[in-house]
Amino acid sequence: MSNAKQIKSRIISIEPSGSYLHLVLEAPEVANYVEPGHFVAIAVGGVGSGMLLRRAFSIHRATADKSIEVIFAAHGQGTQWLAEQKAGTQLDIIAPLGKPFALPRQPVGCVLVAGGYGAAPMMMLAQQLKQLGCSVEVVLGAATEDKLFGVLESKAIADVVTVTTDDGSSGVRGRVTDVLPDAIKRVSAKAVYACGPMPMLKAVAQVSKELAAYSQCAVEEAMACGIGVCMTCVLPVIGDDGVTRMVRSCVEGPVFRGDRVRWDDVDTIPADTFGAPTGGGH
Amino acid sequence: MSDLETPDQEIPARKMPARKIPDVSSSIDLTTSLGSLQLQAPTATASGCAAAGRELAQFGDVRTLGAVVTKSIMKNPRSGRPTPRMAETPSGMLNSIGLQGPGIEAFLEKDLSWLTENGVTTIVSIAGNNVDEFGELANRLKDVPGIAALEVNISCPNVESRGQVFACNPFSAASVIETVRREWTSSAPILAKLSPDVTDIVEIAQSVVEAGVDGVSMINTLLGMVIDLDRMKPMLGGRTGGLSGPAIRPVAVRAVYQVHAALPQLPILGMGGIRTGHDALEFIAAGASAVSIGTVVFGDPGAPWRIADELGAELAKRGFTKLTDAIGAAHER
Repeated sequence: MSNAKQIKSRIISIEPSGSYLHLVLEAPEVANYVEPGHFVAIAVGGVGSGMLLRRAFSIHRATADKSIEVIFAAHGQGTQWLAEQKAGTQLDIIAPLGKPFALPRQPVGCVLVAGGYGAAPMMMLAQQLKQLGCSVEVVLGAATEDKLFGVLESKAIADVVTVTTDDGSSGVRGRVTDVLPDAIKRVSAKAVYACGPMPMLKAVAQVSKELAAYSQCAVEEAMACGIGVCMTCVLPVIGDDGVTRMVRSCVEGPVFRGDRVRWDDVDTIPADTFGAPTGGGH
Repeated sequence: MSDLETPDQEIPARKMPARKIPDVSSSIDLTTSLGSLQLQAPTATASGCAAAGRELAQFGDVRTLGAVVTKSIMKNPRSGRPTPRMAETPSGMLNSIGLQGPGIEAFLEKDLSWLTENGVTTIVSIAGNNVDEFGELANRLKDVPGIAALEVNISCPNVESRGQVFACNPFSAASVIETVRREWTSSAPILAKLSPDVTDIVEIAQSVVEAGVDGVSMINTLLGMVIDLDRMKPMLGGRTGGLSGPAIRPVAVRAVYQVHAALPQLPILGMGGIRTGHDALEFIAAGASAVSIGTVVFGDPGAPWRIADELGAELAKRGFTKLTDAIGAAHER
């Protein structure tokens, strides 16, 4: 359970970072509670905004007693508004939210895989894993070079960083899952951490399972509240008891074990789901 | 590696410091009532917008709310509808959750017990697939301690059959309420939650009053649709959804005003897009005795407390010393 607080947070800086924006927020009240995989929900549009719902972003970095950072792309009305805000502006934020990545109890080999700005939470995670004595490989992929994030920073932390792009503009031409099996084998990875689009997570979960590594996937589901009250952001996940339930990605996630998410059934209610309709639908 | 934790993880209430009440409203009496139910504060949560209260405990002391109105509970566990379940719309949102819930027994064990142990004023919302299920739920709950009122959700639009929106027809609405009334031997009031998607909401209100309700909750969401032009399909997994938020507020105020005009003695729990104390006072002036804060909680989880404070200030500004003096103030006397 996160220790979430709703606070007023001043923008310390907002700067372009490749194709993305890098937002630094003054948040001493929450910064110390942030773990890799946590997210922040930011109100957009100002007082009386016609956009009622917060935008959720995974937290890129937290500096003790001081700040939290977010990487985002301005691709909708809400994120466009956020992109136009200036240093000094006060935002209404809730953080930290969600269930973070679970860390291994012993030092083991780990591979961190991310697509695009899904790399945002991975540097903080890589740092913590290194501190635990894990060997860490990072695989970063994107459609094109300008959509990559965190390559340099990852190289400073991880033992090996592999880059893939769909068009070959940087690193290996192809998908992250093309290079993932080798990365897993190189560090004898017991744990694979992933953040990115759903098809990528599905593929990462599958490759990890085949190579007997646990995968932890941070999902991106559309959320309304981010705090667990609205039941919007659900997906079918198999519990410890073997039963599939529609669970909230904001509270039970956003990090799930890759082998527990029914990736092919996302956006459906599988017939064997707890409480599924017995005919005719709900 | 840690396993996936149990899906219904326990969320402890955080101890919060005592709330500061603004000076301007400290002299205003905000207590009110819904029939025999006395409320210490005028703002409640709205069904479906605060789960069973526990998550909101991170943001305020839920014991100080007028009431927590729980998400509608059904007899059996229910998965709800496929995703996407939400589309943001101008000053509002469309949802097609479809009453996802754990079923009455798990609700009693996990949710109501938490509310009761923490001394939260709890209004339990119930929903049935048919008239008999409403009766069974009322029967199951009648002797359970800690239920301040029963809200009968006869108006959820997120059901496969429009025939299940009982509140769209005065006879089916009355039939549900008569059954619940018969089973509900508790002295706690019964509220019927009404739909605005009707030609004459006063007719529906009259029919549920004759069937024995103690009050009405209004309004539920309006049936709506958003088309995703990239997929050239309705955006929501359930195709249609319920529209809520400030976009529907004037519809809700109108509905409260009409029902209060026709049935001035009928207690009304008003809701529909309330975002500020100013909005809340519109509902009170239209004839509501208390208000529920719904969709706005998704963006501002502290809203039920903030709006109570703001309502006090709005009343003070207009020379009221008691909230109850403002109920129905917009009607000609």
